[in-house]
Amino acid sequence: MDMAVSDRMQAGNHAGGYSAIPADGRPLAIEARGLVKSFDGTRAVDGVDISVPEGAIYGILGPNGAGKTTTLRMVLGIIDPDEGVRRVFGHDRPHDIGRLIGYLPEERGLYPAMRCIEAIAFMGALRGLPLKEGRKRAVELLERHGLAHAADRQIRQLSKGMAQTVQLLGTLVHKPRLVVLDEPFSGLDAINQGKLEMMIRALADDGVTVIFSTHVIHHAERLCEGVAIIAGGKVPYAGSVEAARDRIPAQVRLETRAREGAWLAALPKETRRNGDFFHFPLPATGIEPLLKGLIEGEAGILSLSIERAGLHDAFVAIAGEAAARQLQADAEGARA
Amino acid sequence: MTDLPARPRLSAMEAAWVVARRDFVAVLFSRAFIFFLLGPLFPVLIGGLAGGIGGAVQRDTVSVEVGLAMAPADNAKLRAAADRLAPQLGSALPVLRDVPEAAGDPAFDARAFMEARRGNYAAILTGSLARPVLVGTDGQVARWQGPVALLAGHATEAEPTAFPDVAAELVATSAASEKASRVQTAQAAQLLLFLLTMLLAGMVLSNLVEEKANKIIEILAAAILMDAVFMGKLFAMLAVSFVGIAVWGLAGFGLWSVGAGAITQVTGFDPANLPAPAVGWPLFLALGVIYFAMAYLLLGAMYLTIGSMAASVREVQTLSMPATMLQLMVFFLAAYTIKQPGSTLELAAIAFPLSSPFAMLARAAMEPELWTHAVALAWQAVAVLGIVKGGSLLFRKRVMKSGGAGRDKGRKGASLAA
Repeated sequence: MDMAVSDRMQAGNHAGGYSAIPADGRPLAIEARGLVKSFDGTRAVDGVDISVPEGAIYGILGPNGAGKTTTLRMVLGIIDPDEGVRRVFGHDRPHDIGRLIGYLPEERGLYPAMRCIEAIAFMGALRGLPLKEGRKRAVELLERHGLAHAADRQIRQLSKGMAQTVQLLGTLVHKPRLVVLDEPFSGLDAINQGKLEMMIRALADDGVTVIFSTHVIHHAERLCEGVAIIAGGKVPYAGSVEAARDRIPAQVRLETRAREGAWLAALPKETRRNGDFFHFPLPATGIEPLLKGLIEGEAGILSLSIERAGLHDAFVAIAGEAAARQLQADAEGARA
Repeated sequence: MTDLPARPRLSAMEAAWVVARRDFVAVLFSRAFIFFLLGPLFPVLIGGLAGGIGGAVQRDTVSVEVGLAMAPADNAKLRAAADRLAPQLGSALPVLRDVPEAAGDPAFDARAFMEARRGNYAAILTGSLARPVLVGTDGQVARWQGPVALLAGHATEAEPTAFPDVAAELVATSAASEKASRVQTAQAAQLLLFLLTMLLAGMVLSNLVEEKANKIIEILAAAILMDAVFMGKLFAMLAVSFVGIAVWGLAGFGLWSVGAGAITQVTGFDPANLPAPAVGWPLFLALGVIYFAMAYLLLGAMYLTIGSMAASVREVQTLSMPATMLQLMVFFLAAYTIKQPGSTLELAAIAFPLSSPFAMLARAAMEPELWTHAVALAWQAVAVLGIVKGGSLLFRKRVMKSGGAGRDKGRKGASLAA
């Protein structure tokens, strides 16, 4: 192991000075330091650090081509990093603990001629689950997820959403302790996205660590305890969602009766006007001096709200406008 | 460190077994297997073509030497006549060689000499120029009787108006005829081996194409080591091939039981006449099965390696053409070396992993030594492991380059970093 990287792993430092999500004494399910991967001379991943405590739901957030899939593949041992180290449950070689891991790749794939039960049992068998037990659990899982009627159908006879669910069940059939999902929400309608969110929460409730990649911020915001924001192969932020949101001040939304007046001088210079509303970050001096200026300047306050920054705002602040626009475009493309 | 279950992962063998079991069942109950069973009908055509080449090889391999056991002066006249006629007749004439054992031995018994399988003569010419006697097997005598009469006529006078009758003295067998017969066995075995491997290696490729088309490969690569994936696929297809061979064997046996006479009459082929190989039939058959497995594993591993590196199904199909050509070249190399036992070319054919099983099977037909097979099989097994390992390394290095979405948009992502 690279000594510098090794030292950093022992010290628990993070690149960029961000702190990891609080482990609260929990051991780390995934620990990656300084992961680098180049393809044909282009760096796809450039020094990624990730720490995921056991039992956490963790998101890797970034636009297409940012390096999410390559990072996950390195973590899982499908490909080896050019530099850096990864540990899964403390093991350098993830295949050595294959039984503890479940993986849903971005490019979904199942054998079209296989029956659902067999497909799920086969995926379990790859992780060490005996076929007989796999078939039994497959029936249970299919019943639990409303697909009992499709148990004996061939994969080719299923709708895309059903096939995706079957593959997800195959990822879970051997009861892994770490579930890695690459873009799990892509291709699902809103109802199935909601179901998947519930499944992920249920896994976490059972103590399973879930890490997933996505370019849809809302999923990460709703589900994740921690996120890694990735853009251009680098991770400018890795840590808790809360800490990410706290990195930028709360936003004030103000609506006034008056359009002009001395009260305008009380607004911070970062203020943006959007129709009847003014938006600006909460001043460091607090809300009281601002209110005083508005009242004395006879702004005629109709409404004023202080909103905590969302993960999207944090993403814009951390990864930049260009990455945010790309992320938005990817999300819209996926919906289309 | 997290507490681990008693068996946190599958062993390589267990993992390969999981893959092999799935592939075996899937292929056995697929339409592809029906085509596979029908496959031998098509290669019969190729077999006919290859048979032509084989025939040429056999003619070359069967000795074209006729031993001279006449008086020294007659021997010299015959050689001189052969030299005069060679520019016009070339290979239609035998190569004439004095039989050293006959020189100065008036009691030399050519028949006993041939039957003792001494020398490597197609036939031996005794008697005199006026009354030549050709001693040899039925086939060889029939082949050389005319050319010998021509030579004897020209040895007697420059412009002969009549040619002597060449008397025939037939022997049951000779060293040359035994060797020639074994060549038939070697060729038949090589051809069978080639046809089977050609059919089967293609099936490995289609199996991998299916894997790529269905995008299963990443699930496999994440769960188990690629070496195990490759091994599982190879052995599954090998098992499928044995099922196919069993079906063909049973069908062939059934046909033979019903109409052996008719088949022999139509095809002129009678397995009862197939000469015994040098190592004996039981061992030869056992070696045939083992070399078939090795030839298949070697070619299959190569196909898997090529196929796994391809980025698309179309690329896999394109790459299969040169691989098939290589397979043909390997077969022809091994077939060509039958006539050159112990030559550098034969050793090269044995050393090159892909041609090694073919060359060694021919050797089993021609030579009785067994230790060479042990060495060759060990070498072939090492080569299989080497190709599989190399293939899995290449796969990990070259194939999993990007996610599906990122593959197209990777450059955008890179530009974001700038």
